[in-house]
Amino acid sequence: MRRRRTEWLASLPTLAWLSLFVVVPTLLVFVIAFRPSNPYGGIGAGWTLDTIRALATPSYLVIAWRTLWMSLLTTAICLLLALPAGYTIARAPVRWRNRLLLLVIVPFWTSFLVRVFAWRSLLHPEGPVKKALDALGLVGPDATLLYNPAAVVLVMVYTFLPFTILPIYAAAEKFDFRLVEAARDLGARPFQSFRKVFLPGIRRGVITAVLVVFIPALGSYIIPDLVGGPAGEMLGNKIAQRVFTDRDLPHASALSAVLVLAVLAPLIAVLVLQRKGKRSDIVMGEAP
Amino acid sequence: MRSRRWSSPAEKRYNEAALNSEFLEFRGVSKSFGPIRAVADVSLGIKRGEFFSLLGPSGCGKTTMLRVAAGFEEPDVGRVLLDGRDITDLPPNRRKVNTIFQSYALFPHMTVRDNIGFGLAIAKRPKAEIRSEVDRMLELIRMAGEAGKKPDQLSGGQKQRVAVARALVNRPDVLLLDEPLAALDLKLRQKMLIELDLIHDQVGITFLYVTHDQAEAMSLSDRIAVMNGGRIEQVGAPAEIYESPRTSFVAAFIGDTNFLEGRVRDCLDRDYCRIAIAGLPEIVCFNDKVLEAGKPIFLSIRPEKIHISHDRPEESARRNLLPAVVEDVIYLGSNTKYWVRAGGYRIQVLRQHDRYFLDEKPLRWKDACWVWWHADDGFMLDHFRKDDEALLAVPPQSVGEPLNGK
Repeated sequence: MRRRRTEWLASLPTLAWLSLFVVVPTLLVFVIAFRPSNPYGGIGAGWTLDTIRALATPSYLVIAWRTLWMSLLTTAICLLLALPAGYTIARAPVRWRNRLLLLVIVPFWTSFLVRVFAWRSLLHPEGPVKKALDALGLVGPDATLLYNPAAVVLVMVYTFLPFTILPIYAAAEKFDFRLVEAARDLGARPFQSFRKVFLPGIRRGVITAVLVVFIPALGSYIIPDLVGGPAGEMLGNKIAQRVFTDRDLPHASALSAVLVLAVLAPLIAVLVLQRKGKRSDIVMGEAP
Repeated sequence: MRSRRWSSPAEKRYNEAALNSEFLEFRGVSKSFGPIRAVADVSLGIKRGEFFSLLGPSGCGKTTMLRVAAGFEEPDVGRVLLDGRDITDLPPNRRKVNTIFQSYALFPHMTVRDNIGFGLAIAKRPKAEIRSEVDRMLELIRMAGEAGKKPDQLSGGQKQRVAVARALVNRPDVLLLDEPLAALDLKLRQKMLIELDLIHDQVGITFLYVTHDQAEAMSLSDRIAVMNGGRIEQVGAPAEIYESPRTSFVAAFIGDTNFLEGRVRDCLDRDYCRIAIAGLPEIVCFNDKVLEAGKPIFLSIRPEKIHISHDRPEESARRNLLPAVVEDVIYLGSNTKYWVRAGGYRIQVLRQHDRYFLDEKPLRWKDACWVWWHADDGFMLDHFRKDDEALLAVPPQSVGEPLNGK
């Protein structure tokens, strides 16, 4: 009882910080979404539902859909790349492990913005990647590598991959690889033991990795702004345009609110699923 | 402990024929990990249906041998044969052997039922068959009531039984057991020991059992291979290994013993010789190695073979009698351990109390006494290494003395 109170006290600063600078601003965003705008870029008096209604236009739906599939695709590619990487690092000899982890973290030593700009020059029509592919005859001379959804996904995968590898590595590092041996011993081929024993064993790491990629990907703004062009625009860019170009705060807030809900939905779904899984375990455990 | 199963004469003949051929065979197997030679040119044959143990201290290569048999390690040199077929290059999933891991390695996300059925499910056997086979195994390990539980809801002994069932359900040719009892407490270990033996008798599968615990190996095995430093020191039935150890390592690792170093003086007759030992009276010993006069010899004498008393016993032929002084006494209830000094030797004597102990005048510290043993009870070693003396449990003579003089 006493210990619980101490724990609670210890987490108080964090709770205060989070509620003051995360929960309150988020609630403010939701509130502003229902206020009218005024021509000077501020917030008008009274309440209105017009802004919310204005979101249901085809142009927004196209962008919302694009944001969703690009984020999902990014998450899927990141997972596909991070699973073998995390597995390999966790199985590497200890002295190699830290070096490999260092390689994963090295990109963080350079500013994120600089790295995205670097991609811009790489993919530029006069850039080395384009020229190399052209020389190999893999792309036509008129093909553009930049300013399309593919470029956005590519750079998002590049950006989020370390965040995917780290939780998967952390889970894999704790994983008891004798279980894989046991599965092999019982007749499983390498991939079967990976799928039936290793993947369930690092489930938590995978869930963390998915959330850590999918949520920031939904809210991406800088990457589509710099390499996406009009065809690669995402919800984040629209929000920025409403704020900086149109100076329409309520409109931006309404879009943000939709995004927040879109982010919360998968989170809550995962939590509910996890609790459900746990409950069914107990029920099965008690069955005779 | 070993129950005999009834078998028809024809079956018996078949069994005998099968018993005489090697079923699981290691031929010149070597395996190194970097600079460490874990297994060095080991050849070993295990017969069908046998309960065979690899016994040795940690790092002796016994687990590597098991992992080579399971297919987790590829030998650098040598072949592994199962029922006459070379399986050296087969991956673990294509070998008809199953392993029981020291940690059990039960799949934590699966129920007991799914754990046991894993091998059958991987083999794509029909659902109904899996169900009935798993039920049969649950019956064998008496855990039908726990089928829906997850491994972390089970006790240590239950986990162990599930691990056994998960392996046996696949009807392997050989069951490999990697120190399966090491994680259990003493009481449970003794219970599971007997259970393992019962299971072996029921299923009749060949067991290859790896352990560092000599008591486990002795009580379970048909035969034991004692390993040390990547090599096999001796293979034999438990009593053979205990009573006639070939090397000082086997003598010291299995049970307690006393080593005496001497030289053959002369042969009394075909069977017995006299041995001169520095600082001791002459010793008579059964000369099973047919040594000639002048040959150096190391004797191993088990503590329980040596008798001790206050009074000088009657002289008798073939009896070695030494005057000694008691240095340490450890009373253990059913028996007492004495360490006595005789010449330059500290000799351990184990005395069983088969009479009411309070009626006798006890031997105390610094008492003069007599110790004796029969000439047949000292055993000549083929090979002696000074280092192996460190394996013997000798009580320290002063506080803070380094262990075994090291």
